[in-house]
Amino acid sequence: MAGSAQTASGDERIKEISPLRRALIRPELGGMVGTVAVFTFFLLFAFDSGMFTAQGVMNWSVVSAQFMIIAVGACLLMIAGEFDLSVGSMIGFAGMMIAIFSVTLSWPVWMAIIVTFALCVSIGAVNGYIVVRTGLPSFIVTLAFLFILRGFTIYLPQTIERKTIIGGIRDVAEGDWLASVFGGKVGQGFFVWLGDNGLIETFERGTRQGQPVVDGIPMLLIWALVIIIFGHVLLTKTKFGNWIFASGGDAEAARNSGVPVNRVKVLMFMFTAFCATVFATCQVMEFGSAGADRGLLKEFEAIIAVVIGGALLTGGYGSVLGAALGALIFGVVQQGLFFAGVESSLFRVFLGVILLGAVILNTYIRRIITGER
Amino acid sequence: MTEDTKFHHGDAQDQKPIIRMVDIQKHFGSVIALAGVSFDLKPGECHCLLGDNGAGKSTFIKTMSGVHKPTAGEIFFEDKPMHFEDPRDAIAAGIATVHQHLAMIPLMSVSRNFFMGNEPTRKVAGINFFDKKLADEITMEEMRKMGINLRGPDQAVGTLSGGERQTVAIARAVHFGAKILILDEPTSALGVRQTSNVLATIDKVRSQGVGVVFISHNVRHALAVGDRFTVLNRGQTLGTAKRGEISPEELQDLMAGGQELAELEGSLGGTV
Repeated sequence: MAGSAQTASGDERIKEISPLRRALIRPELGGMVGTVAVFTFFLLFAFDSGMFTAQGVMNWSVVSAQFMIIAVGACLLMIAGEFDLSVGSMIGFAGMMIAIFSVTLSWPVWMAIIVTFALCVSIGAVNGYIVVRTGLPSFIVTLAFLFILRGFTIYLPQTIERKTIIGGIRDVAEGDWLASVFGGKVGQGFFVWLGDNGLIETFERGTRQGQPVVDGIPMLLIWALVIIIFGHVLLTKTKFGNWIFASGGDAEAARNSGVPVNRVKVLMFMFTAFCATVFATCQVMEFGSAGADRGLLKEFEAIIAVVIGGALLTGGYGSVLGAALGALIFGVVQQGLFFAGVESSLFRVFLGVILLGAVILNTYIRRIITGER
Repeated sequence: MTEDTKFHHGDAQDQKPIIRMVDIQKHFGSVIALAGVSFDLKPGECHCLLGDNGAGKSTFIKTMSGVHKPTAGEIFFEDKPMHFEDPRDAIAAGIATVHQHLAMIPLMSVSRNFFMGNEPTRKVAGINFFDKKLADEITMEEMRKMGINLRGPDQAVGTLSGGERQTVAIARAVHFGAKILILDEPTSALGVRQTSNVLATIDKVRSQGVGVVFISHNVRHALAVGDRFTVLNRGQTLGTAKRGEISPEELQDLMAGGQELAELEGSLGGTV
């Protein structure tokens, strides 16, 4: 065969790669290095500030978990080759709809939550449908929805209640089974035990004397964990995950191979909307109110976390675990600078430096893996 | 035939054609892209479709692969009249098309590319998971058969050469049961060695009984592997020749429509 001599000579040109190098060469490397760097920094400079007490850990964990929830959605969508700039507005809109349904219209809270989820996921589907039908860049289509949804989020409460914040959700949500899935806490018994044994801080005076300061794990953290595991398994372990990569890598080639690219993309838009709604529901349950300015700029924070995590902006490449690490970096830096007593405006400087460093490292790794020039 | 090549050629004259396309016409509005083209393909043969740019090659193979519906004319697949509604019908019937650029996704690994759209699954706790282990094993095995030694199934397609990518795409089509393989200018962007690699792959595939439609405007590549040659010009067939019945010069002249090239050739000293 003419080919055999050919491949023998091609073979010599494949260099052996050491196991260490192979273990390191992965899309998450930038996020992993960033995480280690950030934790090292704060352990050195802010160890005594209370950042690593139970209360401090809970503080930055909750902030990171918020970022994680929207980052996983944005990550899968970006790998499928699309953006969603309406995530932030969707958060505001979803929160406002829950408030209007449950407080203004006095629906049961569980019904308000379910209807809001259905509504927001449908809007995600509309986003996706317009993108795949028209072939317009998702950047433009979702930018339109950024304004449309934010507009409604301000208009509706102003027209109905003559104000832009609707409160009183905590009262109506009291004892609601679905509300506690988003706003409740788990593991209270464990934390009481920790407090009783002096392992974590307890209140020293007041009505809650003797109770632990951190009294449970917020459901937000559980949601973040579940969404990360779901996203990671979906992407790397299922047939559908392969279709997500293929749709973003080259939609035309994927279609030629029989991948239902349009369906994949629309579903990913819906999943992104779902994640935004989870974020919004947890936030509304925690604050007890919905505000028209909630979720502002969250779409960019999600995209930054995803990019720190090693995903390619043009799609077809990325990692959910990387995106989760990117979100962790985001949360730790934001809260850590506060603990360290650093002027809060420096947060942006710090974040910019990490973003740039992680992205340069990621680009370098990706070129090694994929043979891009 | 003026020179002999190292390939053994299919001796498929007495077999029934897998696909027969009779007097195919395709009009796009007022433009007549195909004005009655007839073509057939037997198992284990490589039928070259030659023609200059705009001759209607692409329109014709798109008709065969279900992308376009013919305006007039009939398609017989295994002696039964066939009407492909869309490319998926054609793929299901066993007609696979390997496009020059749109075959592989460079960012994805070879095994993920190989099974793209046809992923094997394994049930764990009632949920279907992508059976990566099986996919990796099959990919390595198929690549070895085609003479490509991968570093590992996780190697990204982007690290392969153009010829190797074509080979992966061809191996994939054959693995998933293609009876007809349409190769749309597989060699036009490749270097000399990569081209011979792809031609060798075509030869291997043909010996497995797959019919190959090889589209090219390079006469030399076509003559190296082809069993029959059909030349298209301005939407019409200029005739089909068997291997050995036609010389490269004659083919070249037919493709260019004769005249102008003959004059050019004089001034270029036979380099075209």
